[in-house]
Amino acid sequence: MMDPFVTFCLRMGDNALILAQRTGEWCGHAPALEEDIAFANMGLDLIGQTQLWLKLGGEAEGKGRSADDLAFLRTERQFTNCQLVEQPNVDFAHALMRQYLFDAWHLPMLDGLTQSSDERVRAVSAKVIKEVRYHIDRSRDLVIGLGDGTDESRARMQGALDELWPFTADLLASDEIDDDLTARGVIPDPAPVIEAFNAETAATFAAATLTVPHTGLTRTGGRNGIHTEHMGFILAEMQYLQRTYPGVSW
Amino acid sequence: MYAQLVETEKAGGTPEEQAFQKRIDDGIKIEPKDWMPEGYRKTLVRQIGQHAHSEVVGQLPEGNWITRAPTLERKAILLAKVQDEAGHGLYLYCAAETLGVSRDEMTEQLLAGKSKYSSIFNYPTLSWADIGAIGWLVDGAAIMNQVQLQRCSYGPYSRAMIRICKEESFHQRQGFDILRVLCQGSDEQKEMAQDAMNRWWWPSLMMFGPSDKDSVHTAQSMRWGIKQATNDDLRQKFVDQTVPQADWLGLKVPDPELKWNEDKGGYDFGEPDWNEFFNVVKGNGPCNKERLEARRKAWDDGAWFRDGLMAHAEKKRAAKVAAE
Ligand SMILES: [Fe+2]
Ligand SMILES: [Fe+2]
Ligand SMILES: [Fe+2]
Repeated sequence: MMDPFVTFCLRMGDNALILAQRTGEWCGHAPALEEDIAFANMGLDLIGQTQLWLKLGGEAEGKGRSADDLAFLRTERQFTNCQLVEQPNVDFAHALMRQYLFDAWHLPMLDGLTQSSDERVRAVSAKVIKEVRYHIDRSRDLVIGLGDGTDESRARMQGALDELWPFTADLLASDEIDDDLTARGVIPDPAPVIEAFNAETAATFAAATLTVPHTGLTRTGGRNGIHTEHMGFILAEMQYLQRTYPGVSW
Repeated sequence: MYAQLVETEKAGGTPEEQAFQKRIDDGIKIEPKDWMPEGYRKTLVRQIGQHAHSEVVGQLPEGNWITRAPTLERKAILLAKVQDEAGHGLYLYCAAETLGVSRDEMTEQLLAGKSKYSSIFNYPTLSWADIGAIGWLVDGAAIMNQVQLQRCSYGPYSRAMIRICKEESFHQRQGFDILRVLCQGSDEQKEMAQDAMNRWWWPSLMMFGPSDKDSVHTAQSMRWGIKQATNDDLRQKFVDQTVPQADWLGLKVPDPELKWNEDKGGYDFGEPDWNEFFNVVKGNGPCNKERLEARRKAWDDGAWFRDGLMAHAEKKRAAKVAAE
């Protein structure tokens, strides 16, 4: 088993980093200037979160790897983000739904982490949770507004939900690494986090007149480095300069 | 620069116009509700609109490198910069709206190719060093122009400029810092920086617009206090400020005619290729087509989003009325 604490930090950091990559793709291409600004701002928050978690992970690992080393010099199988965040920007509905589903897990998770037995985790999550409260207020409002908007906006949001919902299984998954950390009080018990996620999404989708698909399909594996085919391209793009010119400063 | 194609109207002599001119000469700001000559209003709408579009289109060449920024810190700085530019677009559209044109109208003019944006954004960003060069040179040239616009006679534009200038100077420093690291780095990094310098130098000088002797509108814009300095003066100041910085970085300015002139206390420098400039303004630049297409696509693909939110707001309003 990999070091549980390091793995946890990487999972948190990788989620933020890969979502930031997807978010950053919208700059200059969003449907309104306000959304350009909001997406850049969210990307900025997520990169800040990446720096905090990967730094902590690198320090805990003790091999001298910086946040940048971890971001730019690991391979696909070593990334532990959930598959949800790597899903492509098919349209703005997908981008918003992906953000909302992530936020709906992220907020209760961070809420639990602010009670962590580990002081470093408490410090990081206390800072991050303020940003994430703002993210979910925004993403929830937009999911409701567009779900309960025009026929087209509802159809697009429903389409995004149908496609992305199976990936929430990855978001809510837990394994023996989590069990170990939960037992030590480092991370919250998964049950209340899942409960909060379910309550949040149920209320929002009801207001948005959207329905959670009942196909029972689930997609998991990201947390253990098994990704969808999109992931390799995200890394190829993100890591290109560091890979092409190794060992220099930027 | 952003005002490169603004036309002019001759100042007339009615009592209203004379009183208007006196206010300007006395340094009193013109506010949205004040009487103003139609030419003044039109000039400002065009200039502020072009400036706003420049900020918005300006997101594209830099946004092009967000996913490829070489470190987390650089990525964060670039995201923050692009966010600022979009914010500048927003303030400027608001300033233009005080003159009676809506943001949607201005956007439609941009997308129809009827309203211009700064030609500099029709050049491609081909390497990471280009992000440094844009911050240092392009934001640098923008600041040179905008510092004088802080004193523009039209209140809302002047106030928008004061806000914007503060952020632009951060952008310039950050761009310079990207190049500083590259210039102190490996041979490949130095080469990347020099190549960016070679490609961005002349387009940056062109940002100030054609020479004043060829610029029909400068005189009227200056009389109206819309403009406080001539294109040539601003270009000279920019060269004088930038060349020592290039020397410090160890970058060669790609101008064989560049030479310190002791008598004038400034640099002599070569003439930008104005054929290239007018060609790019006309739509023949390397990225004109891509930039406009990207903005059109964002607008068209986003229609369902804007309509959806409007429909939702309408439903909420109707429900509220029904409940009352
Ligand atoms: Fe700007
Ligand atoms: Fe500007
Ligand atoms: Fe700027």
